[in-house]
Amino acid sequence: MAPERAGAGTATEPAGASRWRPRLAKARAALGERLGSALARRDLDATTWEALEEALLGADVSLDVAEELLARLRAEAAERRTGDPRDVRGLLRDAIADLMHSPDGELDRSGSPAVWLLVGVNGSGKTTTIGKLAHAEAAAGRRVVLAAADTFRAAATEQLAAWAERAGAQLVRGNPGGDPAAVVFDAISHAAAAGADLVIADTAGRLHTNHNLMGELAKIRRVAERAPGQLREVLVTLDATVGQNGLAQARTFGEAAGVTGVVLTKLDGSARGGSVLSVRAELGVPVKLVGLGEGTGDLVPFDAAAFASALVGTEET
Amino acid sequence: MFETLSGHLEEVFGRLRRKGRLRPQDIEEALDGIRRALLAADVAVEVTAAFRERVRERALATDLHRALNPAQQVVRIVHEELVRTLGGEAASITFAPRPPTVVLLAGLQGSGKTTAAAKLARWFRGRGRSPLLVGADLTRPAAVEQLRVLASQVGVPVFSEATDPVGVAAAGVAEARRLGRDVVVCDTAGRQIVDDDLMAELRGISQAIEPHYTFLVLDAMTGQEAVRVGERFGEVLGLDGVILTKLDGDARGGAALSIREVVGCPVTFASVGERVGDFEPFHPDRLAGRILGMGDLLSLAEKAEAAYEGEQAAEAAEAAERVLAGEFTLDDFSEQMRQMRKLGGLGDVLAHLPSAEAAQAAESGVDDRRLARMEAIICSMTPAERAQPAIIDGSRRRRIAAGSGTTTAEVAELLRNFAAARKMMRSARAPTRRSTKGRGSKGRGPKGRGPRGRGGSRVTPAGGVRTAAAADLLEQLQDLESGSGRPAGPSPGGSEGRDPLAFPGR
Repeated sequence: MAPERAGAGTATEPAGASRWRPRLAKARAALGERLGSALARRDLDATTWEALEEALLGADVSLDVAEELLARLRAEAAERRTGDPRDVRGLLRDAIADLMHSPDGELDRSGSPAVWLLVGVNGSGKTTTIGKLAHAEAAAGRRVVLAAADTFRAAATEQLAAWAERAGAQLVRGNPGGDPAAVVFDAISHAAAAGADLVIADTAGRLHTNHNLMGELAKIRRVAERAPGQLREVLVTLDATVGQNGLAQARTFGEAAGVTGVVLTKLDGSARGGSVLSVRAELGVPVKLVGLGEGTGDLVPFDAAAFASALVGTEET
Repeated sequence: MFETLSGHLEEVFGRLRRKGRLRPQDIEEALDGIRRALLAADVAVEVTAAFRERVRERALATDLHRALNPAQQVVRIVHEELVRTLGGEAASITFAPRPPTVVLLAGLQGSGKTTAAAKLARWFRGRGRSPLLVGADLTRPAAVEQLRVLASQVGVPVFSEATDPVGVAAAGVAEARRLGRDVVVCDTAGRQIVDDDLMAELRGISQAIEPHYTFLVLDAMTGQEAVRVGERFGEVLGLDGVILTKLDGDARGGAALSIREVVGCPVTFASVGERVGDFEPFHPDRLAGRILGMGDLLSLAEKAEAAYEGEQAAEAAEAAERVLAGEFTLDDFSEQMRQMRKLGGLGDVLAHLPSAEAAQAAESGVDDRRLARMEAIICSMTPAERAQPAIIDGSRRRRIAAGSGTTTAEVAELLRNFAAARKMMRSARAPTRRSTKGRGSKGRGPKGRGPRGRGGSRVTPAGGVRTAAAADLLEQLQDLESGSGRPAGPSPGGSEGRDPLAFPGR
């Protein structure tokens, strides 16, 4: 497989802001209203800066990150000798895009098979993300095997099976309550024997505070590494509506399973997702994919500039 | 769940306490701390601002300079405002005079509606009702299948058919009437609030079944979006309450505060774990105490009471007496562990205790499997060994280790910790124990200061802990918690239980 064939599948096409805008049209920019009124002020004074801070906080950006961003903006505004609040929007957008930009935002498809593991808290969108991923990868001509390693949640396997069927991917399932690591191992072995290109493993949702279940996840990772494939991605799903807890989730899942990237899900509903700023700033973990809707084609590669625009809004907003 | 908020406030007021008297700038500093804490807890920006203003006004209006302990007064003001924001009493369900009582659940994708539906049905069943679950989520693949599996776990029938959500809901209520079921819990598909079509569909369901109660199922980890979610679902459906889910995580759940303040609807139920029984009515007044770091002792005491009910009560009382008499044996130790497991596991117990340390311990890996291993070790001892652990030598240790499937090191560790615990119990017998632990302002606080005050914060006054047995259990747990061992590192995979008795220290 040619991993550099970026741009082949739906999920690998360069997205660009134009791709995002229609899907986020209803959600509007999270910062929009507050930012609009803050920047409509006449002077770039203390009240304006305070209003800016509140706008960021309202998008679930943490106080620490908001303060950092605003410090940078103040310095830049001073450097440019601008006292016009309207200039700040562009500066803020650039600052967020800078922070979120990552050179290693591309999914790693090398290996035979390449193995991707999806982890995250309950209800954050793992199974749906896998369904969309499988669809895009299969549509790009890759042979995909799905591992239904969520043996805990009732009917999780059935949910994934429905997706596998839609995508034309194979499904390796385990028994309810069975060992999830064994399912992952079987799926990778099966994929290797069948000459498949990619294994995507679903795991049961778990709260990152549950020590035992995080231990189980670490074991799944260890076992996946021993199987006859190459573990390339461990993706943590973060719900775009999540607040300050998102950082703790990414950190703990990272410690247990070595997270390589974030999938920001359900962004079409809120256009917030400010928690990924903290994840990037504090942990350095890049966002790799964004969920923009319920359709199979609504999972797109992360684009820092588009994300910043979605968050900050454009001048017309 | 609110540990971070508690931590922040404790820090702020810790500083105030040392100063003793408040100057206006002290108040401002405290207010800044409160703001930071509330924001970190995901309380909505506008709610935070309003809250801060209310506390400021009241703090300035109170003659703090002459107060004996200004810090405690500020704590009280914050506490009262939190209670006021969260709403006074726990909500209750009034059943319809002409059954069935119809309950509609709605919410965003992944908020936990299907699981909450099954848990709620179980809760009704536990109250002598005969609920029917209606699966009207025809969108998510296998959602109805998930509901059926959960329903069979809680012993409640399910109605669903592959038509359309409005039709299913209406037919479900008719079916309940036909079967004589007196409660209907209707699960719906998750939806985005910006999806006007799906919101209209939801309104259609609501109009078709005219629910007596409409609950918004809300993830406790929700951030600033919570207010908009509450507002939108409220507009479309009219909400009677919120079911707050995933409260067993470390999310501070500030969403509860925001929703109450902005949308005006109370949190009615809380989902606090993965098991179907981990579901309880939400007590706003308790939550305020929890936010301030006072722990959720009432909830725990209630659980302890339930666990102690019936024949266990006598046994427990006896054990408690032996403990007080200093005759704490390995059998008691083992019994204690069983009781802890009944309470929902040690992690659960620690999470309810007031200290931030306990909360951290609960997070960072008190492992119920350790309890099981410890029990196994004790069960592998002879009665003589249990009565007199001192006789256990190397050879006996090897036998016990082999019998319990553990290592001699683990056996030794358990014995060491048991010795420490027993010592603790003995010293705990001293009548002064209830007053020696409080630090800070000694006894100068407002009256009604409960037992085991920690640094100025109060355990819920006037019988916050209901039974002597429960109180004793709590004390033992706290002693154990503070009394021994090395911290259980949150090392991934550490659940293999290398140190079976390492109750996390501080």
